[in-house]
Amino acid sequence: MSANQTHGHAAAHDHHDDHGPAKGIMRWLTTTNHKDIGTMYLIFSLIMFFIGGSMALVIRAELFMPGMQLVDPGFFNTMTTVHALIMVFGAVMPATVGLANWMIPLQVGAPDMALPRMNNFSFWLLVAAFSLLILSLFMPGGGPAAGWTLYPPLVLQTGDAFPLAIFAIHLAGASSIMGAINIIVTIMNLRAPGMTLLKMPLFTWTWLITAYLLIAVMPVFAGAVTMLLTDHFFGTTFFAAAGGGDPVLYQHIFWFFGHPEVYIMILPAFGIVSEIIPTFSRKRLFGYDAMVYATASIAFLSFIVWAHHMFTVGMPLAGTMFFMLSTMLIAVPTGVKVFNWTATMWKGSLTFEPPMLFALAFLFLFTIGGFSGLMMAIAPVDFQYHDTYFIVAHFHYVLVPGAVFAIMAAVYYWLPKWTGYMYDMKLANWHFWTSTVFVNLLFFPQHFLGLAGMPRRIPDYSTQFADWNMVSSIGAFGFGLSQLIFVWVIIKCAKGGTKASDHVWEGAYNHGLEWTVPSPAPYHTFDEAPVVK
Amino acid sequence: MVKQAFGAISATALAALWSAPAAAAWTLNLREGVTELSREIYGLHMLILWICVVIAVAVFGVMIYSIATFRKSKGAVPADFDHNTKAEIIWTVIPVLILVAMAVPAARTLVKIEDTRGAELTVKVTGYQWKWQYDYVDDGVAFFSTLSSASNEARQLDSGVDVHQVENYLLDVDNPMVVPVNTKVRVLVTAADVIHNWWVPDFGMKKDAIPGYINELWFRADTVGTYRGQCAELCGRDHGFMPVVVKVVEQAEYDTWLAGQKAARQAAATPAAQTAGAAAPTTTNANETTTTVLVANAE
Repeated sequence: MSANQTHGHAAAHDHHDDHGPAKGIMRWLTTTNHKDIGTMYLIFSLIMFFIGGSMALVIRAELFMPGMQLVDPGFFNTMTTVHALIMVFGAVMPATVGLANWMIPLQVGAPDMALPRMNNFSFWLLVAAFSLLILSLFMPGGGPAAGWTLYPPLVLQTGDAFPLAIFAIHLAGASSIMGAINIIVTIMNLRAPGMTLLKMPLFTWTWLITAYLLIAVMPVFAGAVTMLLTDHFFGTTFFAAAGGGDPVLYQHIFWFFGHPEVYIMILPAFGIVSEIIPTFSRKRLFGYDAMVYATASIAFLSFIVWAHHMFTVGMPLAGTMFFMLSTMLIAVPTGVKVFNWTATMWKGSLTFEPPMLFALAFLFLFTIGGFSGLMMAIAPVDFQYHDTYFIVAHFHYVLVPGAVFAIMAAVYYWLPKWTGYMYDMKLANWHFWTSTVFVNLLFFPQHFLGLAGMPRRIPDYSTQFADWNMVSSIGAFGFGLSQLIFVWVIIKCAKGGTKASDHVWEGAYNHGLEWTVPSPAPYHTFDEAPVVK
Repeated sequence: MVKQAFGAISATALAALWSAPAAAAWTLNLREGVTELSREIYGLHMLILWICVVIAVAVFGVMIYSIATFRKSKGAVPADFDHNTKAEIIWTVIPVLILVAMAVPAARTLVKIEDTRGAELTVKVTGYQWKWQYDYVDDGVAFFSTLSSASNEARQLDSGVDVHQVENYLLDVDNPMVVPVNTKVRVLVTAADVIHNWWVPDFGMKKDAIPGYINELWFRADTVGTYRGQCAELCGRDHGFMPVVVKVVEQAEYDTWLAGQKAARQAAATPAAQTAGAAAPTTTNANETTTTVLVANAE
């Protein structure tokens, strides 16, 4: 593929499969079509969401009552570790990559992703990565159990699962980097004529910035876990004090990756919400430019706040002070985003279809996660919050009713475009209300547990924590079961239903290029680039 | 409404807390603790919490108003604006001012927390998988502190023991750390194998115990009592089972206790001189070589 292909020149493509997809399993193994690959990413992430979710239910079942009833403490640690790795790298990230694959070419008027074969490779790498990770659960010595942060020296005590987990991370990282390169090249080179950067839909914008974050930090993480590998097998002592190394060095490297990583998960969610709220408010997005600049500011700040995850490691006063202040700054661009979404609804004409319901729940519940985040930025108080359930409540609020709800909103928003059918609104509403009630029952009490003094990652607890843990566990099972409705809605919609119109939603009319193609979107779209005015 | 309900529950819970400290169920908030630092931290926590509540009421209020008022079903017609420079400047500047207002007291407290000068007693705490060692460095007294046997039996898988009947379940140890009241205690925190974290919520302090590092924290407890905490950094299989218990006693009681410890140590050392240096009776697998490389962590 020549890199000098100017945007607008979509004609020179060689179509081997002009007449639609190949038949059978080979279609999926060899496909280079962005819609097929997007679909595979989304289905993969849904499967991972259920595997990771089952592990969360093992955790919540053990924590239902004080005393050890179900699992060994070592296995409990494996569950917390692998639950997190699967949800972060297997569920949330691939879901947003799947959405990017499907929607970015449609939003910028491109015929496909710029690097279609690499696109296929990056998906199948992910399957290999998670096969390795799940396989590691069955190795002698048990699965990885040092937490998803893989802190040494503890992680070096892992048994035979250790190299499998490390290679799983390497493969998932390589897959993410390829996906990110593909997205950047597509957006930079394949935009339709007239689609200037500041006309791009917000979802595409947030993904462009996310892709740069991925390219910047995934190699850093790969380096950190490679040093773990050599410490374990080749006698190096990067992180061993006894050999002149430093265990805290790992934490700095990890969180230099880890903090941008949390924005990698949430920025695409911001983009999704910025698409949905205007559509169902029947109004243009308020402060489009400010939204773009706020996203860029958040991305920049994400590189200079990492050590707020490490306030208790014993940094010098000046270090703690710097990371406290830089972290507090993030509240400003994030606040701008929340205010802009609210201003978009102001004097609009709102309707409450399932995508809008999920976007609104995101708006409220992500903001709650933002407040607890601000509280944790205050270093002296974080000495109390650190490593307690308060933290667990915080990051689950920004990740579950934050990122995951936004992903569900996106699925409900674009599903009719993908399948050509409207889904069962009543069932989707059920899914929304059960999820929202149970997610709060699940995570809100965890704030109380943390403040009362319950550390995170413990398999058993003092009896004073019994009541809220029981409430939380009930919420967990309710939330888990609610997700079966989600699967049901999707399968039902894929099989048939009322035909969806091209623009699907009343408010989506004239609201972006993806609504100008037929529903379902044909296998090849924008063979000739549209012209954007 | 939800907040009020929680408020009501919180009031009941607080009442319960006062009457039965051991079974403080439905607790909602941070505890104030028994040191100057812990109270200051509690004050900061409440300040920021209330600022967040006020902002939340305003922001959520506007959101709820919009959702209730600008409905298509009520015949709302969409307006045609998509920016307002004045509003955007206001809602960028006001948060900055609020943040500055938060940062000033936070920085002041932080400086105080970091100031370990003038300590009257120094105790070195070493984390092991899965117990703590307390070393009264100036008095030559050292001992291990492990989960109490009652809790340890009850916490085994399917032990059949009703944990509600175990006193201070999982928060009790055989040998607690003992310190005198109203004394500035400096705690040096380190570890011998993996990273642990020494935490007593009532002292407001938590610090990572890292092999190769010696971290510092300080507290001055002003109320006699027994204060319980836990390891707060994942340290392996029994991370949940290495509690921290500190007894704060009157100076006279502390002196008696210390004398007793010294006497016991001497009695133990005399018949078996070859084990000199091993302060505690159970140093099995305590890998002491890893503590040899020490990086002073004070700035």
